[in-house]
Parts: sequence; C-alpha cells; structure tokens
Amino acid sequence: MNISEFKPAIVYTIYIAATPERVWQALTSAEFSRQYFSGLAVELEAKVGGTFVMRAPDGSSHISGEVLEHEPPRKLTVTWNVNWPGLVEALGPTLVTYLIEPAGDVVRLTLLESHDRPLSDDILSGGRLGWPAFLSSLKSLLETGRAPTIQMQPPQRMLEALQQLGIKVPGR
Amino acid sequence: MSKPDFVYVTYIRTTIDKLWEALTKPEFTRQYWFGIEQRSDWTKGASWQLVAQDGRVFDSGEIVEIEPKRRVVIAWHHQVYDEMRAEGPGQATYELEPVGEAVKLTITHSGGPKLIAGVSRGWPSILAGLKSLLETGRALDMPK
Repeated sequence: MNISEFKPAIVYTIYIAATPERVWQALTSAEFSRQYFSGLAVELEAKVGGTFVMRAPDGSSHISGEVLEHEPPRKLTVTWNVNWPGLVEALGPTLVTYLIEPAGDVVRLTLLESHDRPLSDDILSGGRLGWPAFLSSLKSLLETGRAPTIQMQPPQRMLEALQQLGIKVPGR
Repeated sequence: MSKPDFVYVTYIRTTIDKLWEALTKPEFTRQYWFGIEQRSDWTKGASWQLVAQDGRVFDSGEIVEIEPKRRVVIAWHHQVYDEMRAEGPGQATYELEPVGEAVKLTITHSGGPKLIAGVSRGWPSILAGLKSLLETGRALDMPK
C-alpha cells in the first residue's frame, strides 16, 4: 500500500494538558480506549507491520488493520478497516494517523482520517460525528481522570449510504 | 444554505447554563481566549467585539440571531490585519446541545480564505482551553 496516495478527508485537532507519552499511552492501551472509545479495546502490536485491532466488548474485532507508521510518542498510522462485510471492497482502505506535538506546556493531538478516493459527505458523516466525541472524551479522561458518557448512534445517512453500496450493516 | 467553511465540535462535561456563561461573560472568555474579551449585550442586533487586553479591537460585528443558551449567530469582521479586514465580514455560529452528561458545542465559521485560515488555527486551541476551564477549573497554558 502506498501511503502517499491517501488524502486526509477528516482532520481534527485538540489540545490536551498532558505529556506526549501519556497521550500515546491513552491512544494505544485498551484500559484507556475502553473509557473514551465507545467501549472498544485497542490492541496494537508495537512495530511497523504489526497488527492493529479495536475489539468490541463481546470479543469481536470491530476494526482491524496494520501498523504503518510507529514513532512513539509522536506519530502513529494504522489501516483502520471496519469489519462490515463488503465495506473495504466498496470504500477502499481507511488510514488513521495520530500526530502528537508539544505546544507550550500542553500537547496538540491531530487526527487524520485518510482515503485513497473521494468519499461522499454521507459516508464521512460517521467519522465527523465520532472523532470529536472520542477525542473530547480522551481529553477529559487525561485531564480529570474520567471520560464523560456521550451516547451516540451511527448517523442514519451514513448507514443508508453504506447499504446502497451493498455493504452489510449489522442489525439492518 | 451553503456549506460553512469551518466546523469544529467539542463535548464538554458541564451544563448548558455554565457553558453559556463561559461563552458570553468577559471574565470567563479572558481566561481561555488568549486574554481576549468577547463584549456584547447578547441581544439581536447588539454590537459584538473581541477586545484584547491592550484595548485593541481584533474583530467586531453584531448579533444576527440569538436564542439564549442554544444558538447565536455573529456577523464577524476582522479589524487588525489589513488583508483579513479587506475580505469583509464573515459569520460565526455557536450552537449548544445537551448530550448525556456533556454539552455538544458546535462552532461554524464562514468568510474569506484568510479569516478562515486564522480561525481554523484559533478555534481548536480556544475551545480546548474552554473545555479544560469548565472541567478542571483551569484553562490551558500554551503559546498564542
């Protein structure tokens, strides 16, 4: 896979009062991710070419991929493929990059969701809804010790657009 | 309506009342907005200004629409940098919506390319400071 063919479709920046090492730990450890990422547990094999999984509470692998860039505590890029039948075939692979940079006494965390082809606003609406909520919760967790409960459902327009592309959306 | 040029969403563990107060009262805005005060009566048609500690007015305009504690639309005209000022007024919208134990705050901003480049850098850090202030009692210490 050629990373340079991917362009960021979603960029989200947030500033967190924490060290780069703590932010890296929160992004790559299940004990943290369960608290701010809708209960999903991150599993990261800490090397380029290693496996990446976001595991649901029932043990199933909801998102899986491969570690493409691994530069702790500055940069992490993984393929981020939601395991819904037909999704990768229809949309191509998704890349997720986290950039962690010092900014004064705090850290600037930038999320990039990148694709190798243009996707519709309907398809991208899921990421546009989810990332701000997950990363706001991550900030709360690191600054206050507790992530707020934010109930979210996938956007209807995204689910409908996925179904129209022949992707099997669970529960529909 | 055309798509806004910039959209930023954050979730803050607080109440609608506290968030509205923190967004609209100068003594709060000063703490997370690089020392800048937002000054307005917050009524439809009222004037609106962003005033730095040295008295310089960075941006000015008026309240176009307001539904207190829910939504405000501001006509936003930058005043300090000539290139940005020459683009004419843009428009910003703040929207507040309770979501579980948090409040979802959505900022949308439209305007000329230089204004949008500036606010795209500014809003994430301002809103991160606002979120920290409301959740921890302390805004963030970072370079301007």
